[in-house]
Amino acid sequence: MVVKVYGPAYASPKRVLLCLVEKEIDFETVPVDLIAGENLTPDYLQLQPFGSLPVIQDGDYTLFESRAIIRYYAEKYKTQGTDLLGKTLEDQGLVNQWLEVEAHNYHPPLLNLVLHIMFSPHFGIVRNEQVINESEEKLVKVLDVYEDRLSKSKYLAGDFFSLADLSHIPFTSYLVGPVGKEYMIKERKHVSAWWDDISSRPSWLKVLEICK
Amino acid sequence: MVVKVYGPIQAACPQRVLACLFEFGVDFELITVDLDSNEHKQPDFLQKQPFGQVPVVEDGEFRLFESRAIIRYYATKYGDKNRNLYGTTLEEKALVDQWLEVEAHHFNDMVYTIVLQKLVIPKMGGRTDFDLVHNCEKKLEQVFDIYEQRLSKNNYLAGNWFTLADLSHLPGIRYLMNECELGHLVRDRKKVNLWWDDISNRPAWKKVMQMFNGQG
Repeated sequence: MVVKVYGPAYASPKRVLLCLVEKEIDFETVPVDLIAGENLTPDYLQLQPFGSLPVIQDGDYTLFESRAIIRYYAEKYKTQGTDLLGKTLEDQGLVNQWLEVEAHNYHPPLLNLVLHIMFSPHFGIVRNEQVINESEEKLVKVLDVYEDRLSKSKYLAGDFFSLADLSHIPFTSYLVGPVGKEYMIKERKHVSAWWDDISSRPSWLKVLEICK
Repeated sequence: MVVKVYGPIQAACPQRVLACLFEFGVDFELITVDLDSNEHKQPDFLQKQPFGQVPVVEDGEFRLFESRAIIRYYATKYGDKNRNLYGTTLEEKALVDQWLEVEAHHFNDMVYTIVLQKLVIPKMGGRTDFDLVHNCEKKLEQVFDIYEQRLSKNNYLAGNWFTLADLSHLPGIRYLMNECELGHLVRDRKKVNLWWDDISNRPAWKKVMQMFNGQG
C-alpha cells in the first residue's frame, strides 16, 4: 500500500512530494480542486478539518500540515535516500530553525503575493496593490537576511541540503514564475546560486513532471 | 553552563521556551531584551537573531532561534526525562508536529493580529482596526470549534498525553483570556475549557507565570 498525497496541483503538497522523491518512497496522488471547493466537502474535512492541503494517508495513518509530514518521512526513512535532517541533534535543531523561518518569515508575504497576483479573484481575494507592495517589501528584508546567511553557508542549515531548503522550493517556483518577480532572487548573488542549485535537483524536476 | 534565553518575560515566544525548559528541568538564565526601546533591532541583537525577533537561546557554543525549533530541540535532547512530550513513536511524534503546525499557522496568526491591534498599536499611538480584530475573532471561533471536536475524542491535541502541541498554545491563550478579553472563546466550549484549566495548571506553566508576575 503506497502513501496517498492529496492536492498535488498546489504548492504545499509539492513539499511533501519532493520529500517522498528525495527519500525514494513510493506514493500516489489524489487530485483536489480548490476552485471547485473540493477541500470543503464533508469527506475531505473528515481527513483535514481545516480544509487545507495537503493531507496524506499511509495505510490507517492520516497526517496533515506539510511541514509535519516532511519531518515524519525524513526521520522514518532516515537511512534511505537523501539525509534531509543532518547528522547531529544540533544539525536537526538548525534544520527546524530554518523550517520555522520559512514558515513564519518567508512564507506569509510570499503567500500574499501568490494569492493576490495568481489566484485572485478566486477564494474571495480582491487584488490589492497595497498588500502586494507591502508583502514585497517584507520579503525583500527576509531575502537580505538569506543573502547574508548563504554567503557563509552553502545551504540554510549548514553545508547539507535539508528539509529547510526543500520547504522553499514550491512557492519560490511561483515567485520566479507566474508571480513575475524573479528579480528578487536573481538580484542576490548567493540566494540566486542557492536557488539555481536547489531548483535543479532531480527530485524537483520529477515532481514537476508528475504534476504536469 | 546554563542555557541563556534572550527575550522579555512578557512576550509569548520566550514564554513558550521557558515553559518547555521548566517541563524538562533545564536550568536557564533569562536575559531581558527591551522591545519598547527597540533593543531587538540593534546590531548586537541582530548578530544573534538576524530577523530581530525574540527569543534566541545560547547553549554553550550552540545558538538557536525560533521558539518552536527550540522546544523541539530540548524535547529531543532531554526526551528521556519525559518521553510523552514529543511522542513515544514516530507516528505520535508526527501528530505532535501536526498540531504544533496547526498552532503556528491557524491559531497563532489570529492571536498575533489581535494582540497587535488591541494592545501594541494603541500603545504606540495608533488606532485599532476593529474590523480586522472581529475577522480574526471569527476565524478563532472556527479553530476552537475544531479543537472542541478533537478534544472530545482525546484528552490533549496530539493524543492522550500532554505534549509540545498543547504547551505551544499556553502563551497565546493566556493573552486571549486576559488582555484581549476574549476568554469566552475558551469558556464557551466544554472540552476546550477543561483542557485549558488542565494545561494552565501545570507546575511548569505556573513557574512561567510567577516570573511573568515578577515573583520568580
